[in-house]
Amino acid sequence: MARLDEVCKLPGHQGIVWNVGWNQEGTILVSCGEDKTVRLWARNINSENNLWVCHSILSDGHQRTIRSVSFSPCNKLIASASFDGTCCIWEKKTNTDGNQYECTATLEGHENEVKCVAWSTSGSFLATCSRDKSVWIWEVGEDGEFECAAVLSAHTQDVKKVCWHPHQDIVASASYDNTVKLFCEEDDDWVCFGTLKSHDSTVWSLAFDSSGKNMATCSDDRTIKIWKEYLPGNEFGIATSDNTPTWKCICTLSGVHPRAIYDISWCHQTGLIATASGDDAIRIFRIDPESDPNAPTLEQLATVTRAHEQDVNSVAWNPVIPGLLASCSDDMHLKLWQYKG
Amino acid sequence: MTTKGIENVNPQRFVKKTKREVTIEEEDESVKDPIDEREIFDLLRDISDPEHPMSLEELNVVQITNIEVDDHKNSVKVFYTPTIPHCSMATLIGLSIKVCLLRSLPPRFKVEVNISPGSHASEEAVNKQLADKERVSAALENSNLLEVVNQCIVKSLE
Repeated sequence: MARLDEVCKLPGHQGIVWNVGWNQEGTILVSCGEDKTVRLWARNINSENNLWVCHSILSDGHQRTIRSVSFSPCNKLIASASFDGTCCIWEKKTNTDGNQYECTATLEGHENEVKCVAWSTSGSFLATCSRDKSVWIWEVGEDGEFECAAVLSAHTQDVKKVCWHPHQDIVASASYDNTVKLFCEEDDDWVCFGTLKSHDSTVWSLAFDSSGKNMATCSDDRTIKIWKEYLPGNEFGIATSDNTPTWKCICTLSGVHPRAIYDISWCHQTGLIATASGDDAIRIFRIDPESDPNAPTLEQLATVTRAHEQDVNSVAWNPVIPGLLASCSDDMHLKLWQYKG
Repeated sequence: MTTKGIENVNPQRFVKKTKREVTIEEEDESVKDPIDEREIFDLLRDISDPEHPMSLEELNVVQITNIEVDDHKNSVKVFYTPTIPHCSMATLIGLSIKVCLLRSLPPRFKVEVNISPGSHASEEAVNKQLADKERVSAALENSNLLEVVNQCIVKSLE
């Protein structure tokens, strides 16, 4: 019988916690929120129980709520995105003991609240998105400089989330306009090569599986959808235009979440899918391995109905420790969970 | 904020209900009161309209029959009726109702505020904004907007 057990509760934030993430080694948890801070949490190896504690608080970077935070693939930088319209880059100071970070760059340009920031797997790019309906691509220079490479205004409404493909420099964005769009670089220009339409309301978040050929999306319409990439000339007869791949919705899970689903995380190690919902619950699913890969079904493996005291805003699987999940909520807490299958 | 003249210059005015009588059970502190429609209505009735010196009750924007409460399921749903179908204050009024409830109710409650079906031209767009908690949160960080909302709900929070 599968279970999701609570490992610990991490209080500390003085307001809504909007986002959680991990570093590449899975040893540091990062969170951000309404209190305008980014907090870093790690296991205290000096304590008896190996408790997770907050070891750094990054403040004075932003003037308003910090909505999204992310570790770079090289592990040396943290990017934070805020309602103040900017994105900050934090770097670890090398001349101090302990874990002190300082803000070494501020990326400006968006016209209003920045909703999400994400690093490409290659480490070459950063993507940000905003209520100004645009997605910005930034090039990461070797000298620590960030240059805007593209301003993509393909969406017709507020863009909620950006997420990079696990292997290629392709970025997907989710929006209040109910669609997901895909962008890549073609002849030195960033273009939108696909629009995924199926949700009936705001798409809050998305996640790629480990292959990058499948995507999961979650929405205000209370459904999760699974999408699959079909390449030109595919054997299933799925039509593609020009030489670009097509993404098709191959599965919709409805009637399970009673409220909006704010975040979805797809573990690249275990294949488990976790959802964060407005009904205070966390649910764990996976694609039934016996089902048809072109028309799969989702198995619901575990549910914690009162995971938090209020809405769960974000969930993130640890990239190294299988089954370890972080969550955060309007109730100002973070929690760690261990999945046991 | 709009700088043009007031849209609905002569709104229809409705009679205020009398305050309800407090019963003995309600005075008893040891008995836990579930939250009901009447309590929500009492929270909302004195919210002022942003343009007229009248309450949402007097303008019939909020009515007790358009409130649904399920205390056990932690759910509160309010449907409000703008005075005219093209009322440009519709989103602001909805936001005031939402903020008033979020500040007054225990955090366990899920609050949904919607326009009464069929009563406004941009009903879907307004409902979608009010349902988006990230948008509501960001909007309330705007000090000008927050001030306007606070002015509308100040009497109801007394």
